[in-house]
Amino acid sequence: MVMFIEDDMRLSQRLAKMNWWLIFLICALASVGLASLYSAAGGSMEPWASRHLMRFGIGMFGMTIIAMIDIKWWYRLTWPIYFLGLAMLVFVEIKGHVGMGAQRWINLGFMQLQPSELMKIAVIMALARHFHGSTPEQARRLSFLIVPALVIIAPVGLVLLQPDLGTSLMIVMAGGAMVFMAGAPVWLFIGGMVLVAISIPIAWQFLHDYQKQRVMTFLNPESDPLGAGYHITQSKIAIGSGGIEGKGFLKGSQSHLNFLPEKQTDFIFTLWVEEWGLLGGLGLLALLLLIFAVGLRTALRCKHNFGRYLALGVSVNFSLYVFINIAMVMGLIPVVGAPLPLVSYGGTSMLAALIGFGLMMACGIYRHSKVTR
Amino acid sequence: MYHDDLSEKIFTRRAFVVGALQLVGVTVLGARLAWLQVAQGSRYKMLSDKNRINIKMLLPLRGQIVDRFGVPLAVNNQIYRVVIVREQAGDLEKSLAELQKVIAVEERDIQRVIKESKKTAKFIPLRVKEELSWEEVARIEVHLPYLPGVSIERGEIRSYPYKDSTAHLVGYVRNVSPKDLEDDDDPVLKLPGFKLGKTGVERTYDKQLRGKAGASEVEVNVIGREVRELRRRDASLGDRVTLTIDGELQRFTQEILATHKSASAVIMDAHTGAVYAMASHPAFDPNMFVRGFSQEDWQIIMNDPGRPQTNKAISGQYPPGSTFKMVTALAGLRANVINKHTTVFCPGHYEYGDSRFHCWKKTGHGRVDLDMALAQSCDVYFYKMATEVGIDAIAEMARELGLGEALGIELAEEAGGLIPDIAWKKRVLGRSWQPGETIVCSIGQGAVQATPLQLAVMTARMVNGGYAVKPWITGFVGETFYGKEEAEKLNIPQEHLDLVMKGMDMVVNHPRGTAHKSRIEEEGKEMAGKTGTAQVQSITKEQRRLGVKNENLPWKQRHHALFVGYAPVNNPRYVCAVVVEHGVGGSSAAAPLAKELLVQAQARDPAITNMQPEKIDNQEVLQSWPPRKPKDTGANTNDEGAQ
Repeated sequence: MVMFIEDDMRLSQRLAKMNWWLIFLICALASVGLASLYSAAGGSMEPWASRHLMRFGIGMFGMTIIAMIDIKWWYRLTWPIYFLGLAMLVFVEIKGHVGMGAQRWINLGFMQLQPSELMKIAVIMALARHFHGSTPEQARRLSFLIVPALVIIAPVGLVLLQPDLGTSLMIVMAGGAMVFMAGAPVWLFIGGMVLVAISIPIAWQFLHDYQKQRVMTFLNPESDPLGAGYHITQSKIAIGSGGIEGKGFLKGSQSHLNFLPEKQTDFIFTLWVEEWGLLGGLGLLALLLLIFAVGLRTALRCKHNFGRYLALGVSVNFSLYVFINIAMVMGLIPVVGAPLPLVSYGGTSMLAALIGFGLMMACGIYRHSKVTR
Repeated sequence: MYHDDLSEKIFTRRAFVVGALQLVGVTVLGARLAWLQVAQGSRYKMLSDKNRINIKMLLPLRGQIVDRFGVPLAVNNQIYRVVIVREQAGDLEKSLAELQKVIAVEERDIQRVIKESKKTAKFIPLRVKEELSWEEVARIEVHLPYLPGVSIERGEIRSYPYKDSTAHLVGYVRNVSPKDLEDDDDPVLKLPGFKLGKTGVERTYDKQLRGKAGASEVEVNVIGREVRELRRRDASLGDRVTLTIDGELQRFTQEILATHKSASAVIMDAHTGAVYAMASHPAFDPNMFVRGFSQEDWQIIMNDPGRPQTNKAISGQYPPGSTFKMVTALAGLRANVINKHTTVFCPGHYEYGDSRFHCWKKTGHGRVDLDMALAQSCDVYFYKMATEVGIDAIAEMARELGLGEALGIELAEEAGGLIPDIAWKKRVLGRSWQPGETIVCSIGQGAVQATPLQLAVMTARMVNGGYAVKPWITGFVGETFYGKEEAEKLNIPQEHLDLVMKGMDMVVNHPRGTAHKSRIEEEGKEMAGKTGTAQVQSITKEQRRLGVKNENLPWKQRHHALFVGYAPVNNPRYVCAVVVEHGVGGSSAAAPLAKELLVQAQARDPAITNMQPEKIDNQEVLQSWPPRKPKDTGANTNDEGAQ
């Protein structure tokens, strides 16, 4: 049984040890979201920007509390959280609301909760806990990877039932990254990729029509600019027409005229770069890169494995969102329906991101917690 | 702590791999962004503009056509139509049913709207009923709260307050036909609701009248709804065309002509050539053409033997009959064949070669000089003279006086008439000229053909001192003067003209003159003129023997009745030409009309009023919004116009 050594700190000490750089970066990122949502509503706080701001405020408070809580508690709560997440996935499967042809949400009254988003964090925590006690030798043994495989496969299966291919893939990728970090043999990943390549034609048959359509559209979006390729084409037009300097705040004609679908959620990056141009886009990417860097630094400075895996896992999960969302709106990958955390309008993605950053900060605050095995 | 160290080492290595992958990912995204925004930026910018900007043309308001006093002959009447917007209506059919309770709407229109609503975007207003009466507008306004989606829209319709009086002269506008689109690439033609001048002045000055289409660049969203206007260039109002016409004289002329089955007339200024009135009866209400009319109305127009569609004042070609005798006389005078003392004995016929040419008066006129020959319209006098003068000299004089070719009046429908000569016959018929034909032509029969307009011009040139005036009807287009230049002096001695005018004076004012009954007795306003009776077909020997009266023949075979005249006698100002188709006799049918016209022309005396290019603001037609009850503006509105 592995235990953390009790490391009591006063509240002020913990606050002082919080990663204020990260908080600054998160606030900057949320501000990009706020400005874009303000613009998406045609220069109005309603209906999105105000709620985004409110959620961010509440989320920041929650993030701080999460960061303040001793890492040992998170270590201890990992499995209950994981199974709670699984239970919620089962719940939406049984009684979820039908939306967009997929069952994904639990209506909490004040927000629509997407358990799959929270499940990603739970998977990362569970894997971090599992690898916390492992040695590199153990990690090389395939038998040691049975538990991680189950930890990943259980939620992936449930999410696929929803069906939500994008999220399942993200869980697989985030989990895979955790396994990689733990020291699993490299050939496993190369072999895995080969396996994926082989299984694509088989998986194709199990895809829903709209998923097939999305892939086909991605492969040749301009073939049907008013049909299925519409979103990608319009998004590219919006981005490209922004140019280097952008069209200016509140002047993104594509977005404002509704040529851009889902401009407040998945295509918020498009709106941002249409209005702020390449300069704004690169600025945003730099901001994201800094957040990745903070995650990496937190993981490297952490003195215990649980914190290392957790901090980097959260960072990888966040970067997966970023890559998938931005690559999607720029036409690099098919439209999969992933938000840009903290920028896109959406409660669950913001909640999940801030919980993640809270845990990452807890890893920073409690990095010296002693570990026994 | 071996394991921890090793584990940390491996983790560090792999963490850097993860970090490196993140860096690569961000770099790829940045590169893609730069590619889209820099390398492809201009292309996407273009696509973006195309995406959102719709250029909408704005219908220009057609310029007015006014008479010389500024009285409107063609205006844009404001109409109100009721429209319904599906999006606002909620339940469209229910809203329409409510509307039917408020105003009368044909079931056909309801069905049409419902059908249209399925094809158009939900925010497009659908026209339910056009040309609402003021009462209907008021009723709808009052009930508006209970008529969701219903609103009243303003529009314009071309309107001709003088109705049939200006049908031929001003013409009318109609919807654009596919053929029009071939000939004219002005994009405004493709605008729904745009109408094109098809006849008369509307046609001649269509380009000036139509104005310039405005453009409104509107930003549209993905379903085509207008979001805002980016730029706007207002449509510019078409030029106002000021005619030389006196609208009231025009109306009077039309009404006078209506006493006959088919007739036309021209009143013009002897010195300037300005046309004051030009009418052709029967006519039609040009407003019908604008609004579209029923099959029955169309049949009535098509079947009328008087050819209501034709402007006979300029395109009707008639043998001028005895009105041509002045031409023959002037040719004879110039050729020195006759002078004021030359007399001829008229036994009622004239023998030439083997042929006998009859005078209209069987018993003959006895010995006549030029004055009396004109006054009594003795044919023999001219027969004899013509044989000596020859057709070419007569034709030359006719052409100098404006006959034989189109005079270039600003109307497309003008016909050229025909003045035959030796060369013409050779060219067209390939045969040589017969002297007998000269005799026939000398009294304006045979191949000679002239339009009423040409006869008026001929008269004008004789009574204005021999100036080759040309007819014109356009005073101003916008502020530009379109009047004719100074007329050149013809090579006709004044004493010749005086002689002919003396004869014309006697036609009316000598007790034995053919038009004595139609004389104007008011001092200083007397008229002079010449009657003409033109055969439509030769009088057969049988008819002549039986003494068949021409008025007893079928209408189509009766003689045309003509009269050319001028007034006042002492100081000619107004000339007029009247042709009554199949009117039997110039003195009985045409001369009385000419008298009325010249009396009226002198009473109104349009010549003393100069036209003004008046910079009126046609804004007056853009009336207030919301609709107010229209004021009674006399000739301005359609119904009160034709009192």
